[in-house]
Amino acid sequence: MAEVDESTKPLFAGLSDVSISEDIPVEGEISVPVDSPTQDDEYSTLDEPVKETILRDLKAVGKKFVHVLYPKKSTALLRDWDLWGPLLLCVTLALMLQRSSTDSKEDGGPQFAEVFVLIWFGSVVITLNSKLLGGTISFFQSLCVLGYCILPLTVAMIICRLVLLGSEGIVSFIIRFIVVIVSFGWSTFASTAFLADSQPPNRKALVVYPIFLFYFVISWMILTFAPSSSSSTKTVGH
Amino acid sequence: MSALPGAGSKAGSTESWGSFDEHLIQGGGSAVIDMENMDDTSGSSFEDMGEMHQRMKEEEEVTEEAAAAEEGEDGEFLGMKGIKGQLGRQVADEVWQAGKRQASKAFNLYANIDILRPYFDVEPVQVRNRLLESLIPVRMINFPQKVAGELYGPMMLVFTLVAILLHGMKTSGTVIREGTLMGTAIGTCFGYWLGVSSFIYFLAYLCNAQITMLQMLSLLGYGLFGHCVVLLVTYNVHFHSLFYILWLIIGGLSTIRMVAVLLSRTVGQTPRLILCGTLAALHMLFLLYLHFTYHKIVEGILDTLEGPNIPPIQRVARDVPVVSANLVNVTLKAVGLAS
Repeated sequence: MAEVDESTKPLFAGLSDVSISEDIPVEGEISVPVDSPTQDDEYSTLDEPVKETILRDLKAVGKKFVHVLYPKKSTALLRDWDLWGPLLLCVTLALMLQRSSTDSKEDGGPQFAEVFVLIWFGSVVITLNSKLLGGTISFFQSLCVLGYCILPLTVAMIICRLVLLGSEGIVSFIIRFIVVIVSFGWSTFASTAFLADSQPPNRKALVVYPIFLFYFVISWMILTFAPSSSSSTKTVGH
Repeated sequence: MSALPGAGSKAGSTESWGSFDEHLIQGGGSAVIDMENMDDTSGSSFEDMGEMHQRMKEEEEVTEEAAAAEEGEDGEFLGMKGIKGQLGRQVADEVWQAGKRQASKAFNLYANIDILRPYFDVEPVQVRNRLLESLIPVRMINFPQKVAGELYGPMMLVFTLVAILLHGMKTSGTVIREGTLMGTAIGTCFGYWLGVSSFIYFLAYLCNAQITMLQMLSLLGYGLFGHCVVLLVTYNVHFHSLFYILWLIIGGLSTIRMVAVLLSRTVGQTPRLILCGTLAALHMLFLLYLHFTYHKIVEGILDTLEGPNIPPIQRVARDVPVVSANLVNVTLKAVGLAS
């Protein structure tokens, strides 16, 4: 049968009809093994739906939040640095610390721009300082760590706002004071756990002090946040 | 990147491009340096993105330039055909120029940080000692005193002063109309440190004093330690007499130390008088200014609470009408709470 086909048709035309067994026709394209298409897909994330991209980035940010809340000496925060988390936290904090626009007489609160610039300018200064002191960490890694370690202070801000909704008085002030102090200590400890390793051992204090000052100023702004005019009586109290 | 010079060199005639071959070799060398610089940035792709942007922009500019330049020669239309060889060479040249510029820019960026690096080479013990020494006047003024030339301590002190100022402004409810609290605090402190240092350095240059700009910055920066201590205490404990005592003692000590160091480095009565008088006046007045400008409301509360005991100095009037309106509300509430 094959010889008859060979004589009438072109040379290899008949081969497409030859089958070794009934269920494996040797024809068409040879399919590549399953692994390599996924390699191609990694580089062409343009084609994936937006939801996937956002979810992937959010998962990465969430993973880093967990690292900050339980600070161990891991390099995960440093290896895949990103600035989405710090931006999210900074904007949240700045929005919550903004003075309420209805109280135009009480101008004691910071503006959104003030908090935003403070956080980023402060982070840049601390990073430059640690680089000048001989640190081995890169510019954006340091920004990433400092931004992520604002998370405890943001949580404290939310708690303070909730407490202020409830009651205003000496008790609420004590609660807020304790919460802010704890979160300030947590932030400083978390950031030094990541940053201090990159310094020579006898100069850790020189790097820790600006970080301490930076989180102290933010904590102070959180503690003195007053959404309504009646809380200005606290200035007499302390 | 490496393919383009090849494309340019095979294009044909070498009219004014005889020197291009030398450039080619040099371009190869600097391209290697460029890549090393790129590899140095551990993990950040900021410079890569910047360079890609720069290159794309320059290529666009170059094609526009080349097209415009060749328009006169061709005459017919702005086509690429007849001038392909020329365009290719020009593009290659421009890209090499762009690469070289980027490499030198990156080098300057890193070199600038390295310039400041030796001034931050301190140990914590040294910083602590210098902080304490800034309040201890030196005895010998016939012999030029040593001044530490470092910038870490002064910068940290300026930032600490900013934080203390913010604290003072918050507790006194200061209202800033045209600007922000943060901007005012940072501007005041850094302006004082840099501005007064430059001014005193200029005077020192006129009076033939032997002090460098770095030493002056360092000296004045450490002199702010006294200010920090005084303000930290008096923003929390509000007694006028306490402030005046601290102003004289601690402010005076740090001023005398700075003055003594400058005296030891200047010759002649009149230059010494000018230089040290100016520095002393500015330093002491700055502390007075910091205390009184950001401390309005608390004085008002003390006024009403103390009753007929009026403090010896009158408040300086400021045009912040909201403040006085608040003052009335706050003191009313305070008195209401107390009773």
